Amino acid sequence: MEPVAAKRITVTVNGDSHEREVEARRLLVHFLRDDLDLTGTHIGCDTGNCGACTVIYDGMAIKSCMILAVQADGAAIETVEGLAANGELHPLQKAFGATHALQCGYCTPGMLMSAKHLLEHNPEPTDEEIRRALQGNICRCTGYVNIVEAVQAAAKGEVGT
Amino acid sequence: MSETTVAPGQPLTVEEQEVKPGFIGQNVPRKEDQRLVQGEGVFVDDVKRHGMAYVHFVRSPYAHAAITRIDVSKAAELEGVYGTLIGEEVAATTDAFFQIAPPPGGHVKDFALAVGRVRHVGEPVVAVAAVTRELARDAADLVEVDYEPLEPVLDPERAADPATPVLHDDVGSNVIWSGEFDYGDYEAALAEADKVVRIKRLHFDRFSSTPLETSGAVVEYNRGTAQWTIHSNNQFPGFAQIMMAPALRVGIDKLRFVSQDIGGGFGNKICTHVQLVALCLLARKLKRPVNWTEWRTDQHTANSHGNERVFLDVEVPVKSDGTLLGFRARMIDDCGAYTRYEPLGCIIWAQVTPGVYRWRNIRVDFTQVCTNKSPCGPNRGYSRMQHLWFTERVIDIVAHELGIDPVEMRKRNYIRSDEMPYETPNGCVYDSGDYAACLDQALALIDYDGIEERRRDAEARGKLLGVGIGSTLDSGTNNFGQSTILNPELQFSGNNEVATVKLDIFGEIVVTIGTTPQGQSHETTAAQVVAEILGVTPDEVNVRAGHDSYWNSHAGFSGTYASQFAVTGLGAVKGATDMLAEEIKQIGAAVLGAESTDDVYLEGGFVKRNDNPEAALPFMACGAIVNANNAVLPMEARGITLNCRYVYVPPHQLPDKERKYGNLTLTYANQIHACVVEIDPETGVYEIVDYSAVDDCGVRINPQIVEGQVHGATAQSIGAATHETFPYDEDGNLLTPNFYDYHVPHALDMPPMKTGYVESPSPFTPLGAKGMGEGGGAGISAVCAALQNALAAAGKPIVYDSSNPYKRVWELLRNPDDSRALVTVDDA
Repeated sequence: MEPVAAKRITVTVNGDSHEREVEARRLLVHFLRDDLDLTGTHIGCDTGNCGACTVIYDGMAIKSCMILAVQADGAAIETVEGLAANGELHPLQKAFGATHALQCGYCTPGMLMSAKHLLEHNPEPTDEEIRRALQGNICRCTGYVNIVEAVQAAAKGEVGT
Repeated sequence: MSETTVAPGQPLTVEEQEVKPGFIGQNVPRKEDQRLVQGEGVFVDDVKRHGMAYVHFVRSPYAHAAITRIDVSKAAELEGVYGTLIGEEVAATTDAFFQIAPPPGGHVKDFALAVGRVRHVGEPVVAVAAVTRELARDAADLVEVDYEPLEPVLDPERAADPATPVLHDDVGSNVIWSGEFDYGDYEAALAEADKVVRIKRLHFDRFSSTPLETSGAVVEYNRGTAQWTIHSNNQFPGFAQIMMAPALRVGIDKLRFVSQDIGGGFGNKICTHVQLVALCLLARKLKRPVNWTEWRTDQHTANSHGNERVFLDVEVPVKSDGTLLGFRARMIDDCGAYTRYEPLGCIIWAQVTPGVYRWRNIRVDFTQVCTNKSPCGPNRGYSRMQHLWFTERVIDIVAHELGIDPVEMRKRNYIRSDEMPYETPNGCVYDSGDYAACLDQALALIDYDGIEERRRDAEARGKLLGVGIGSTLDSGTNNFGQSTILNPELQFSGNNEVATVKLDIFGEIVVTIGTTPQGQSHETTAAQVVAEILGVTPDEVNVRAGHDSYWNSHAGFSGTYASQFAVTGLGAVKGATDMLAEEIKQIGAAVLGAESTDDVYLEGGFVKRNDNPEAALPFMACGAIVNANNAVLPMEARGITLNCRYVYVPPHQLPDKERKYGNLTLTYANQIHACVVEIDPETGVYEIVDYSAVDDCGVRINPQIVEGQVHGATAQSIGAATHETFPYDEDGNLLTPNFYDYHVPHALDMPPMKTGYVESPSPFTPLGAKGMGEGGGAGISAVCAALQNALAAAGKPIVYDSSNPYKRVWELLRNPDDSRALVTVDDA
């Protein structure tokens, strides 16, 4: 088969279906940010270490700088923009604010998506389990103390509904 | 408020604290969070413009080389490439950046792209602009550059050697700045001493805070007005404008700086003016907006490292009881290939010359050299961190060598709270603080009384346990007059920051500030101050997000750096709000028929008469009258604008350049950290098993935000102490150019962290607050001290480096005598 430089893909993001022609080499994170204008998903390292670009992809928490957009053809993706519903913040979003779990806010979208994935699979995590689940997300501002607290608060429903 | 209080719940004397009526001192929820938790912040790479080109820099693969040929023709021919920029064009259309150093160090020629020669790996040589990010990289690969490699200079201790190649021919050597600092009477201290401890060499390693968002910009050029709009994450636009406007040969007002959200800065985003000039030239040349977003590797190799510093021939005269009389040292600071903010680091350490100690006789021979490594610049704790680490390392080594308990040693030599304000030997004035109280609290938090039992328990498990203490003086609101000690010709001094506060037509309270926050919560704390003064809630105060030089709410030193917002930024906010409050009262008094503004007060969004609170005028009516119905006003009230601008200027004086003497900064927040480590003596692997940080930044505007800064700064220092380092190979290649090799702490790396606070209000600032946020350096010292303490049971090696990865600890364990040879103790 002849190699192709571009391909038409269909991706569902936060419930909305998007069909686009993309360069075969375009990273999923650039597809989200540049093609779909979903700039809430950030880039921090280019090497898959920092987790700022974490999204939920067919139920898995993945780093969207580590896969190509063409690989995501047919996938259902959740990004930070899809967390709040009907004008109401997600409990994790509320908890992050209430516990001062963000300063500059650059790592926050990725942290939130990793934390959401954790709580969906482990609704009552220990602090150690939270730290393990967030190990792939780097924060340079908070030292993680309040982030762990935020995830616990959200898990325990301590931040309202 | 009482003079010094301690955190509730701590086993110390707790004094009664006055209940605060307003919003200062409260944990008000952050205004910034609503947008940031929804991914609705606007960071620089989120800014898009029609027809925008993406820029990629072709960078030097050599640490030191002459450029013999550049050919961009193949790149330019590639479809989708808009154009290129090379050093020759930069040299023809701009002037070299202004240099802070006096000659000959000031003869460094620094341009936006390399001109004729490269001086570090990663130095930008050619810029390529194309329709997509990917295509810009493709095109960069087609650019041909021929180099003639030169011998790289990598060792700061040999850089000044006449046999070493010179980086900047016009300078004539690799010495950027050199000077002697001589305070008190060092010879007398030596004569008075019972013992003299000598340390041959200590080394503070290179690292940086590596903000998660890399540097970047979107630059637009308006051909009709010859004006650039620079959307960037530069954190000190005041400095960038001062550097860029002369280079671009334009007036300051031609450079409009805009930023909203910035993904961390820590000082590393101060010196982006170099790349911004290249982008300005490209935007003008290509007649289109240009985007540059730095790659992670580029940030590590070519942005801004924290300064590396070597301390040589250290000599410490001391009494038998551990009383420190003074110190002498030779210090060599390595600023990398170019001097951008440098050589300011050669004086900024002097803000904290004796650290937190009562050293009165000090002699320092300080030299800064350039090397073929990434340029250095401010990095959280800039230049003070290196020096404070040196003071703490010296204290510990002296204590261990003399057999004095390190806690006792510190308490004997700490500057005491009853000596505040304390004038240091070089004329700096520490405003307030109680270091001993902070230490007591830090030790209580790690259960210091039980430490020997824990040491035995660790021994039973085959581990070496150690406890260590570190300190930071987080000096803030610096006096730029200190630059004249380096270069008497400079016309910089004092400091300033601006705020405007207005009451708009429908009664909206709108605040603009000149700063460029990167997570420091300025919108929130500014709203707290405004709300407190105007008698409204923070929710009713609209603080504009970010910075825009078109708001006219900035001055020459505007930006967010060097621990000063709580003083300069909030001082400006308070000043402007006080003015506005008075104007609102004037309108209220006029409308309500009160005789003077003393007869009315502000509450709940109304001006009310003291004698009849029912007679009240809503702020909305004030705003409407002044802005849209002013014919109703009496003539004497027509000058009221309800739009108040205030410039906060701290009470700085010019220092004495000859004596290198004067008050170099206004406030001194402090932190005392205590750390417990356990070392596996077989492998050198160690774990931080307990950790405490006690902060004193005077009045805390928002305690939760203060604590967040303490957490974050501590995490950065633990990273620097354990794994974060920028080592180079013998050819000048950086060995940690990404987050694979440069290991920053993740959630599992962080020890359990306990925090406490002491509140010693500053007598010198508008709100009793002190700038804070750079207190983390204490962590590096605390980890080093804990390692030293633990290793006492393993041949007493000397912890001589700020960076102690497991391998270095293993080496200390294996060959304790190697490091022991660094230290001698002589009877005086």
